[in-house]
Amino acid sequence: MNAPGTVKERNFINADYGIKSWLLTLDHKRIAILYLLSTTFFFVVGGAAAVLFRLELLTPASDLLQADTYNKMFTIHGVAMVFFFLIPTIPAVLGNFLIPLMIGARDLAMPRLNLASWYVFNLGGLLALMGIAGGGVDTGWTFYTPYSTTYANSQVILTALGAFVSGFASIMTGLNFIVTIHTMRAPGLKWFRLPLFVWAHYATSLIIVLGTPVVSITIVLVALERLFHIGIFDPALGGDPVLFQHLFWFYSHPAVYIMILPAMGVVSELITCFARKRIFGYKFIVASSMGIAILGFLVWGHHMFVSSQSIYAGLVFSVLTMLVAVPSAIKMLNWTATLYRGSISYQTPMLYAFGFLGLFTIGGMTGIFLGNLGLDLHLHDTYFVVAHFHYVMVGGMVMAYLGGLHFWWPKITGRLYPEGWAKLSAIIIFVGFNFTFLPQFVLGYMGMPRRYASYPDEFQMLNIFSTAGASILGFGYLFPMIYLTWSLFRGKKAGPNPFDAKGLEWTVPSPPPTFNFTETPVVTEEAYDYPI
Amino acid sequence: MSSDLHGLVAHQFDDMEQQREAATIGMWAFLITEVMLFGGMFMCYTVYRTLYPEAFQAGSHHLNIILGTLNTALLIGSSLTMALAVHAAQNGHRKQVERLIVATILLGSLFLAVKAFEYTGKWQENLIPGPNFAPAEPIPHLQIFYALYFVLTGTHAFHMVIGIGVMVVMLVMNRGGKFSKDYYAPVEMAGLYWHFVDIVWIFLFPLLYLLGRH
Amino acid sequence: MSHGLISTELYYKIFATLMALTTLTVIAAFIDMGALNDIIAMGIACTKALLVILFFMHVRYNSPVTWIFVSAGFVMLLIMLMLGMNDYVSRSWDAPPSPWTAPPSAAPASH
Repeated sequence: MNAPGTVKERNFINADYGIKSWLLTLDHKRIAILYLLSTTFFFVVGGAAAVLFRLELLTPASDLLQADTYNKMFTIHGVAMVFFFLIPTIPAVLGNFLIPLMIGARDLAMPRLNLASWYVFNLGGLLALMGIAGGGVDTGWTFYTPYSTTYANSQVILTALGAFVSGFASIMTGLNFIVTIHTMRAPGLKWFRLPLFVWAHYATSLIIVLGTPVVSITIVLVALERLFHIGIFDPALGGDPVLFQHLFWFYSHPAVYIMILPAMGVVSELITCFARKRIFGYKFIVASSMGIAILGFLVWGHHMFVSSQSIYAGLVFSVLTMLVAVPSAIKMLNWTATLYRGSISYQTPMLYAFGFLGLFTIGGMTGIFLGNLGLDLHLHDTYFVVAHFHYVMVGGMVMAYLGGLHFWWPKITGRLYPEGWAKLSAIIIFVGFNFTFLPQFVLGYMGMPRRYASYPDEFQMLNIFSTAGASILGFGYLFPMIYLTWSLFRGKKAGPNPFDAKGLEWTVPSPPPTFNFTETPVVTEEAYDYPI
Repeated sequence: MSSDLHGLVAHQFDDMEQQREAATIGMWAFLITEVMLFGGMFMCYTVYRTLYPEAFQAGSHHLNIILGTLNTALLIGSSLTMALAVHAAQNGHRKQVERLIVATILLGSLFLAVKAFEYTGKWQENLIPGPNFAPAEPIPHLQIFYALYFVLTGTHAFHMVIGIGVMVVMLVMNRGGKFSKDYYAPVEMAGLYWHFVDIVWIFLFPLLYLLGRH
Repeated sequence: MSHGLISTELYYKIFATLMALTTLTVIAAFIDMGALNDIIAMGIACTKALLVILFFMHVRYNSPVTWIFVSAGFVMLLIMLMLGMNDYVSRSWDAPPSPWTAPPSAAPASH
C-alpha cells in the first residue's frame, strides 16, 4: 500500500486545508483531533489548579491560598478533570478515531451528531470556565445540597450548567458508538470477533446512555432549587438533601466506569500486542466489561454510608459493591495470563500498560476497603479516598490513555515519537505518581480529612512528600506534550503498522485516508491472531 | 437490497437497509435516555409520595381531573393520527400524510393550550412553588407536590413543544416531496418520539391526577 | 424490519382500547380500594404504555435488538427506584443492636 517513493498520499490530514475545513469537518478522525485539543486544554486547567493547592499543602497553615480560594481551586480541579477530561477523553479521542477503523467502516453512523457533540462539549466547557472566571465555585465537583442550593455564595449554576451541557456531548458520542457498532461492522466481523477496545466502548456507551440523563435532570433540579427555593432538596421545606446524593451518584458512580472501561479496552489491546500473544479468555473479558456496566449501576450508595442513608440500604450497597470487584478481577487475571509466556517487548505503550496493571490493582483493592461499611466510617472523606480514586483515575485511566495515545500516535499522525524520551517520561510519570499519592493513603488512614486548606503539624512530612511527587508528575506530563508535538514535524515516518499489530486499523496507511478503506474489508479470523 | 436512491443514502452507509436500521437503533437508544431523564423525576416523586402521602393526596385532589382526562384523550388521539401518518408514509400517500400530521399538530397544540389554562389557574391560586407559594389552606409539604407537578408536566410540555416543531419539519419535508414508499424514515422516527411523549403522559396522568383521588 | 404490515383497522382498535382503559382508570380512581387503587392505576398505565410500544411504535414487529433496548431502559428505571426506595423504606426501622453497648446482664438499669 505504501510503496516507497510514491508521491504524497492523500490522507485525512492533508485532504483539505484551512481552519474551516477543520471546524466544519464530518470526518471522525478530524473530530477526534479536535477533541484531543479540547480535552488537553482542560487537563492543563485542572492540572494548574492541582499545582496551586498542592503548593498550599506544603505548609500546615493556609498561607499561599486562603481557605476560600483553596475550596475554589479543588472544585476547578474536580470539575475540569472529571467532566472535561476523564469522562470524555478516551471515548471522544481514541474511540472516535479508532472505532470506525477497527470495525471497517467509513465513518461513524452519525457524523453530524459527532461534530455537534464537539461543539456542545466546548459550550459546556465555556460555561464552566465562565463560572470560574466569574468568581469560581466552592462546592466541590459533587455540588452537594443543601450547600450548593441554599448556602454557597459562588457561581454554582453556571458551573453546574457547564457539566449539564457537556453531559449532552457525552450522550451524543455514546449514541453514535452504539449505533455504529450495531450496524456498521464489516462483513465477517461478528460480535465475538470485535476488538476488546470496541467492546469496552460499547459497554461504556450503554452506561453513558442510561446514566447521564439522570444527572442532567438532577442538575436542573439543583438550579431550580437554588433559583426559586422550590423545596425539593431543602430540608427546611421538607426536602431531602440525601435524595440529591442518590440521584447524583446513580450517574456519578457508573461514571467511574465510563472513565475506566475504555481504559481497560486500551490495555487489552496493548498487552496482547506487546506480548505477541492471543488475549487469554476473550469472552470472559467481554462478559466482564458488560458485567461492570450493569453492576456499576447497583452500588452507588457506597458513597453515602455516612449520610443519613438507612443502615440497611448501606448493608445492601456494601454487599453489591463487593460484587463489582469480580469482573475487574477477571480482567486483571486475563491480562496477567496473557503475559504469561508471552514474548514481551518493553516499548513505551507497554510500559504504560504495566503501570496501569499495578496502579489499577492498588486503586481497586483500596476500593474494596472503602466499600466495607464499617471501615468506611473511619476512612470516609479522608485522604485515603483521595488516594484511592486517584490510583483508579490517574493510575488507571490516564496511564492507559497515554499508553493508547503512544500506541496509536503513529496511526493518527503518521510519525513515530522518540522512543527514548517516551520511555523516560513513562518512568517519570510512574515514579511521580506513586510519590504523590502513596503518602496520601497513610495520611488518610491517620485521619487527615480531604478538602481543607490547613492541617495539624504532624501531617506535614507526608504532605511534603506528596507535593514533591506532584511536581515530578507535573514535569512527567509536560514531556509527552513537548516530544509528541515535536514528532509531528521531525518524527520518523511510521508506515502503516510500526508495531506489527493485528486489527483492521493497521491495514490502512498512516495517517488513514478520509474514508478509511478504499474497499470494505472482509474479516475472516478472530481478533488478536498473534503468533503465540 | 435496495440501491442508492437519488443520493438518499449517506456516504458512511452501504445501503438503505443499513441506514434505516441505524436510524431505528439510534432512535431507541435516544428514547432510553429520555426514559432515564424522566426516571430521575419519577424517583423524586416516589420518594416524596412515600414521605408525605397526605400532601400528595391533597395535591392530586386539587388538580382538575376533567382537564387531565381531556388531555389524556387528546394525546392518545394524537398518537393515533401519528401512527396513521406513518402508515400513510409507508404507502406513499403524500396527501394523507399531510392531513394526518396537521391533525397531530392540532391535537398536540390543544393539549398545550389546556395545560397553559391549568398553569394559569395555579398561578392565580398562588400555587407556583417558590417564595410566593401560598395555598388557600396550608398543608405541610404541599409545595413539594407542586414542585414535582410543575417539573414533571413542564418537562413533558417542553418535549411536546419540540415534538410539534419536529412535526412542522416533517410537514415541510413532505410538501417538498422528500418522502416516498422507499424513504420515510424521518416520519417513522418522529412518530417514535411522539409516541414516547404520549407514554410519559400515560404515566403522569395517574401519578399526578388519580392516585389519592378517592 | 416491517414495512407497513399493520392494517389501519388495528390502529383504531388499539386507540379504542386505550380510551376504554383511560375511562376505566378514572372511574377506578373514585372508588376507595385502599392500596389496590395504586396498583390498579399503575397496572392500567403500564398496559396502556405496552400497547403503544408494541403496536404504535411497532416493537412487536421489530428485531430483538429493539426489544432488548426497550426493556433495558425500563429495567434500569426499576433498579433505580428499588435500590433508592430501599433506603427510604428502611430508614424508620430500628437500628440493629450495636455491639458496643454493654450486654443487658451487666447493666439492666441502662436504656
